[in-house]
Amino acid sequence: MIAMFACMVLLLIGLYAVVTKRNIIRIIIGFSLVEYAVNLFFALVGFKTGGIPPIITDVAQSRSNFVDPVPQALVLTAIVIGLATTALMLALAMRIYEKYRTFDITEIRRLKG
Amino acid sequence: MDARFLPLFVVVPMASAFLIPLFAKLWPRFADLIANAAGAVLLGLSVYGAICLFTDSQVLLYHVGGWASTLGITLVYDHLTALVALAVNTVGLAALLFSVRYLDHYTGRWKFFSLFMLVLAGLNGVTITGDIFNLFVFIEISAVSSYALVAFGTDFDELEAGFKYMVIGEIGGTAILLAIALLYAKASTLNMAVVSQVMAGFGHTPLFWCIVATFLVGFAVKMAMVPFHAWLPDAHPSAPAPVSALLSGVFIKVLGVYAMSRVMFNVFGLSRANAAAFFNLLLAFGVLSIVAGGLLAYAQKDYKRLLAYSSISQIGYILIGLGIGNYWAIVGALFHVLAHALGKGLLFLTAGSVEHATGTRDLDKLSGLEKNMPVTAWSYLLGSLSLAGVPPFAGFFSKFFIVVGALSARMYWLAILAALFSTVTLGYLVKVVNKAFFGRKDREPTPAREAPAAMVLAMVGLLVLTVALGVGFKPVLDKLVGPAANVLLRGLGYAQGILGR
Repeated sequence: MIAMFACMVLLLIGLYAVVTKRNIIRIIIGFSLVEYAVNLFFALVGFKTGGIPPIITDVAQSRSNFVDPVPQALVLTAIVIGLATTALMLALAMRIYEKYRTFDITEIRRLKG
Repeated sequence: MDARFLPLFVVVPMASAFLIPLFAKLWPRFADLIANAAGAVLLGLSVYGAICLFTDSQVLLYHVGGWASTLGITLVYDHLTALVALAVNTVGLAALLFSVRYLDHYTGRWKFFSLFMLVLAGLNGVTITGDIFNLFVFIEISAVSSYALVAFGTDFDELEAGFKYMVIGEIGGTAILLAIALLYAKASTLNMAVVSQVMAGFGHTPLFWCIVATFLVGFAVKMAMVPFHAWLPDAHPSAPAPVSALLSGVFIKVLGVYAMSRVMFNVFGLSRANAAAFFNLLLAFGVLSIVAGGLLAYAQKDYKRLLAYSSISQIGYILIGLGIGNYWAIVGALFHVLAHALGKGLLFLTAGSVEHATGTRDLDKLSGLEKNMPVTAWSYLLGSLSLAGVPPFAGFFSKFFIVVGALSARMYWLAILAALFSTVTLGYLVKVVNKAFFGRKDREPTPAREAPAAMVLAMVGLLVLTVALGVGFKPVLDKLVGPAANVLLRGLGYAQGILGR
C-alpha cells in the first residue's frame, strides 16, 4: 500500500515538472516520470506479498500464491507505447531546437487567440 | 451471422500502413493508390457490417484467437459501433481522396499516407474492440500517429502545436491507463462485458467514483471539452487540411465521445436515474464548451482556427445531449456525431481547398473567392448551414432532437441555450462566407483557381451525404441512430448481448 502511495507521489512530481518547467527536455523527463509511475502502479496491482513468479512447474503448488501475471503483460505493452511516445517527443524537441534555436517554451509562442 | 470479417477493420489499414513504404519506393503514386483502396475497403466493410445488423439485429461478435470472452479479446459490432465506424470511414475516405492532390506541395508523401492509415487503424480499433486495455492501445496508436501528422509540416507553427498537443494528449492517455489499472485492481478482468457485470456487484463506492473521474479526465482531454481544450485550437489548424478534417470530424468523437459513452454507459452502467451528479457534470462541461467555443470562434481571423473553435462548441452539443440522458437527447447527440463528422469534415476540406489555391488562411487577405471557386464556396455555405442547424440539412435534426430531449426532461433553459447558440454557430460560420467567398465590393477578388477534380469530388461527396442525411433522416433514425441510442440506454444490458447471460 505504501508503494502505491509512493507511485502517486512520483506521478505528482512528474506532473509538477510537466506543468511548471520551461525547458522542453525537462517537460519530457517529467512526462516520463508520470508514465513510469503509472506503469509501476499497474505492476503493483498484481503483486502479492510473498507471492511467487507465475510459472507453473508443479501442479501441486498452491495456486493462490502466484502473483497476477496479467498486469505484467499489460505493463510491458504500456512500456512499449511509452517508448514510442518518448521517441516522438524527443524527435519533435530536436526539430523545435533546429527551428527556434532554443528549448525554452516561453520563447516558442507564435500560436495564440 | 458470420463475423469473421471484423478483424479486417484493423488488419486492412494496418497492413496498408506497412505496405505503403515498401511500394512507394517503386512508384510514389502507389502510396495514394494503396491508401485510397484501403479507405474504400474500410468503408465497404462498415457498410457491410451495418447491413448485417439491419437484416437481423444480432450483435456481431468475434473472439480473437478463439479464446472465450472472459480470457481473450472480443471484437463487437453493434449499432453504436456501426454508426461511429460509418462516420470514421466516410470522412477517412473523403480525406484520403482529398489528400491525393492536396499533398502536391508537401514532401514525404508516403510518410503522410502511412501515418494516416495508422490513425484510421487506431480509430477503427477503438470502435470495434470489446476489451478495455485494447481500447487504450488503439487510442494510443491513433493518438501517436496524429501527433506526428499535426507536426507534419515541420514549420514553426506545426512544431509548436504538435509538441503542445502531444504533451497534453499524452497526459490524457496516461490518465486513461491509470484508470484502467485502478479498474483492473477492482475487477481483475479486462473484457468490458465481464468488467461491467463484476462492477455492478460493487455498488457506487468512493473508489468507483475515483475510477470514473480518472477515466473522465482522460476522455475529456481527448475530446477537448472546455476547460481541457487548450491543445485543439493550435493542433487542428496546424495539421494538413485532410488531417484536420479527420481530427475535427471524427478523431475527437471516437477517442472522446464514443469511448467515454461506451465506458460510462455500458461498462459502469451509469444513467440519469442512478448517477444524476455525473450527468449534471457533463451538462456543465457541455454548456461551458458551447458558450466558450462559440464566442471564441467569433474572434478568429484564421479560417481553420475558427473552424477548430467551432468544433469545441459542437462537442458541447454532443455533451449536453448525452448529459440530458433521455432517449431523444441521446439520439440527438449521436445524430450530431454523424452530422458534425460530415459537416466539419467538409468545412475543413474547403479550408484546404482555399489554402491550396491561394496559399493563405487569413480571412482578412481573402475576398470574393466565389467567383473563381464556386464549388468550394457553395460546399462551404451549404455545409455551414447544416452545422448551424438550418432545415432540411442534417445538423437541423440533431439539434432539434437535443431540444426535444431537453424539453421532455423539463430543462427549458438548456433548450433555449441550444437554440440560441445555433444562431451563434450560424453567425461565426457565415463570417467566413462574408469575408472570403462573397461580398466585399471594395476589394478585388483574390486570384484563385477551382480545386483539382479529386478534391472537388471529396467535397461534393461529403456535401451530398450531408444533404442526404438531412433529407432522409427518417430511415437513418429508425435503422441506425435510434438502435444506437438504445445500446447506450440499455446500459449494463450490453454485457448480456455479448456474454449471453
